[in-house]
Amino acid sequence: MPPTAFLEPHDVLILGAGNAAMSAAITARKMGASVLMIESADKDLRGGNSRHVRNIRYSHNAATDYVTGAYEASEYMTDLMRVTDGNTNEELMRFMIEASEDCADWMIEQGIKFQPPLSGTLGLARTNAFFLGGGKAMMNSYFKTCEKLGIDIVFEAEVEDVEMEGSKFVAAQVRHKGELHRVEARTVVLASGGFEANIEWLKEGWGDIAENFLVRGSPMNTGKVLRSMLNNGAKSVGVPEQCHAVAIDGRAPQFDGGISTRVDCVIFSVVVNKNGDRFYDEGEDIWPKRYAIWGRLVAKQPDQVAYAVIDSKSMGLFMPTVYSPIQSDTLAGLAEQLGVDAPTMEKTIADYNAGVQPGDFNATEPDGCHTEGVEPKKSNWARKIDTPPYYGYPVKMGITFTYLGLEVNKRAQVFMNDDKPAQNIWAAGEIMAGNILGQGYAGGTGMAIGNVFGRIAGEEAARHARN
Amino acid sequence: MPETETLDEAKRIMQICNACRYCEGYCAVFPAMTKRLNFNDGDVTYLANLCHGCQGCYYACQYAPPHEFAVNVPKTFAKLRGETYRDYAWPGIFKKLFEGNGKWVALIVVALTVIVTGLTYAIQGVDVVSGVYKGEGSFYKVIPHDVIVYVASAPFLFAILAFFVGLMKFWKDIGAKPMDLLHPRALTKALKDAGQMKYMGGGGHGCNYPDDNYSMGRRVAHQFTMWGFLLCFAATSVATVYHYVFGWPAPYDYFSVPVVLGTLGGIGLLIGPPGLLMIKKKADPEPQDTKQHGMDIAFLWLLFLTGLTGLALLALRETSLMGLLLAVHLGIVLGMFVTFPYGKMVHAVYRLGALIRFAHENDVKK
Ligand SMILES: Cc1cc2nc3c(=O)[nH]c(=O)nc-3n(C[C@H](O)[C@H](O)[C@H](O)COP(=O)(O)OP(=O)(O)OC[C@H]3O[C@@H](n4cnc5c(N)ncnc54)[C@H](O)[C@@H]3O)c2cc1C
Repeated sequence: MPPTAFLEPHDVLILGAGNAAMSAAITARKMGASVLMIESADKDLRGGNSRHVRNIRYSHNAATDYVTGAYEASEYMTDLMRVTDGNTNEELMRFMIEASEDCADWMIEQGIKFQPPLSGTLGLARTNAFFLGGGKAMMNSYFKTCEKLGIDIVFEAEVEDVEMEGSKFVAAQVRHKGELHRVEARTVVLASGGFEANIEWLKEGWGDIAENFLVRGSPMNTGKVLRSMLNNGAKSVGVPEQCHAVAIDGRAPQFDGGISTRVDCVIFSVVVNKNGDRFYDEGEDIWPKRYAIWGRLVAKQPDQVAYAVIDSKSMGLFMPTVYSPIQSDTLAGLAEQLGVDAPTMEKTIADYNAGVQPGDFNATEPDGCHTEGVEPKKSNWARKIDTPPYYGYPVKMGITFTYLGLEVNKRAQVFMNDDKPAQNIWAAGEIMAGNILGQGYAGGTGMAIGNVFGRIAGEEAARHARN
Repeated sequence: MPETETLDEAKRIMQICNACRYCEGYCAVFPAMTKRLNFNDGDVTYLANLCHGCQGCYYACQYAPPHEFAVNVPKTFAKLRGETYRDYAWPGIFKKLFEGNGKWVALIVVALTVIVTGLTYAIQGVDVVSGVYKGEGSFYKVIPHDVIVYVASAPFLFAILAFFVGLMKFWKDIGAKPMDLLHPRALTKALKDAGQMKYMGGGGHGCNYPDDNYSMGRRVAHQFTMWGFLLCFAATSVATVYHYVFGWPAPYDYFSVPVVLGTLGGIGLLIGPPGLLMIKKKADPEPQDTKQHGMDIAFLWLLFLTGLTGLALLALRETSLMGLLLAVHLGIVLGMFVTFPYGKMVHAVYRLGALIRFAHENDVKK
């Protein structure tokens, strides 16, 4: 038996139920459209990657209860241009940033709550507004609003295929409780995330090493909708290996480890690979500016794993970790427990120690404490690793989300390969984030992209369906 | 110190929370947590008693079951608080009263009420008890003033002593110095936070209680209860001063200070506890330690009945029911004082202790 919501075609069908999907659904419903959301997760694990988020980066001209000062669109633009290295659709980026101005107000209207800037706001207190309780609390508020507005949602329903006639959406093939159903609708909004949880697809860009990647967010974001759209002739943007990825604790679960698995000690450490060799300047810059490159660096090492080693002097200088470090009174003992070649690691650290130059150590900013005569150099926070106990953290690449997606315009319309927009298909969120993020990332942008394009998609779809 | 199993679970969870910190906006627990790198037994006992059980962090938790991290802060902390209450009970032989506490409290209160009422009738005779009295000292014609004073003050003073001993044990275990308890700024701040029930606030939006909706219901009902109790207590204190200092015996005029305070307090106790009982009934059991519900329910009924019999006594004090109501009210109040150190009342002691510690930590670390 199909769920009753499948029987009657809705004005707007929304694939997914994360931040982008909610932004579209609520907007469309408030314009009077009938809305159905289809979500593969069950109720307990609903909310996609959006349930893991902390904050949203949006432009604003003044301080509020949630942000400590102005963050003008121009500054946002400069920041995103820098992190993407210009690898973006500049016009779309500017549009997104300008439209982001009312993101927080709109979210508050939907019952979402922000917290005042506090200690844990990671240096983003001016640019980003932090959700009280984080992404799951945000998603709970969204779901409550949906219920109040009378938006239909079917959980445990995975879209396997999108049925099209030319550039027109006709129906979605949905598997619900083992059975396949055909769900028709007048319009569709694609908001089903990227394909970061699809290791097979990641291998297309990364090769077999993708087997050893951890997925920081939802196991549901397998990219089935994206794949089906590409098969139907939708135009893609971006390349499969571009994504946001960071270095996380190698002991993290395969999926859904979320924010707590981060390892913030790298700048104070010596990082070696399995063979016991160093491979990159650990102290290049402050951690928030470097954590995103370390995922890739680790991915290039043997077995896609590395080990950050510190001594007791550095304990307490960085965010506590979800897993306790591996600990030993000797470096050889530590290497053995970590599974690193012990003689090489001992030599690497001895060489490093010999290269450490005297200086005034300062944990909070680049302090110039560096090494000489060691390859690679460590440029800041270089202190001898000589005070037991020694601690080690295994680190692996944790993928956050992928950038290869569907090309869209300012109206969130999906383009076909003939460079014409599809008739009744819009996209928002991770599935189109690659239009703006060709590479790189600035924390909190994901939420802004999802909300801005989600609302436009919802509005456009509702208007189209009701005409 | 509570049981190892619960302590270990609390430590496991705090390590996860300390690496996440998304909940820092809800209450005092998470900011207190971030001051620590590791958690010992005393730390988690302190944090558990700082927790007001608003449950916001449970519904917000991306690591709540069925996630493999299985984080449930409110439930774990509630368990730990329950063990705190039991383990710091003094004298130690009464720890057992925390097993099946609801039944014990009910039994003690009923028994004492029956005994006080029975003795009143037995000693004074039906005629005296059901007489109609007016004016000064009329209560004391049924039960002499000295008897009331001794019967009520002995268990009350004993309760204060037991609270103090328990608090000092708790205070030592959480690693605080005795004099920190009297730090003027910390004490003022803690009393203010308790008076406003600030941390039943979910960052200003209310608790996620009885379910995942933000609601001020629990905070409001708790305020009626707490302030109701405190006003009743103030009424009794003023009356005692009137009696001994000014030599003015009860009953007092309807618009006298003790009667106004007592009436307001009694009304608070008629509104607050039933409110809390009602939302408790609807509450999602997941973030709670349901084993403690008996204790909570017994305490709420006790407060309600104290308010109810007190107000009834006031309203009917010039009728033939006065004697009976006086005996019953005295019996219930006696039961309340006797069970104070061995029931839910102790939460106020350790909560206030934890709030003072929190205020002190913030004050010093500035
Ligand atoms: C640990 C972590 C922390 C992050 N922190 C931040 C942050 O602080 N700020 C920020 O801006 N961004 C952050 N991000 C990125 C952010 O999560 C994403 O950019 C954003 O959530 C994407 O929203 P979305 O709606 O496009 O996708 P999602 O929220 O992932 O929603 C997609 C939904 O579609 C469903 N779905 C997928 N496939 C199908 C299918 N075939 N059929 C039906 N349903 C399907 C999924 O189950 C999911 O619910 C973080 C990500 C992670 C993993």
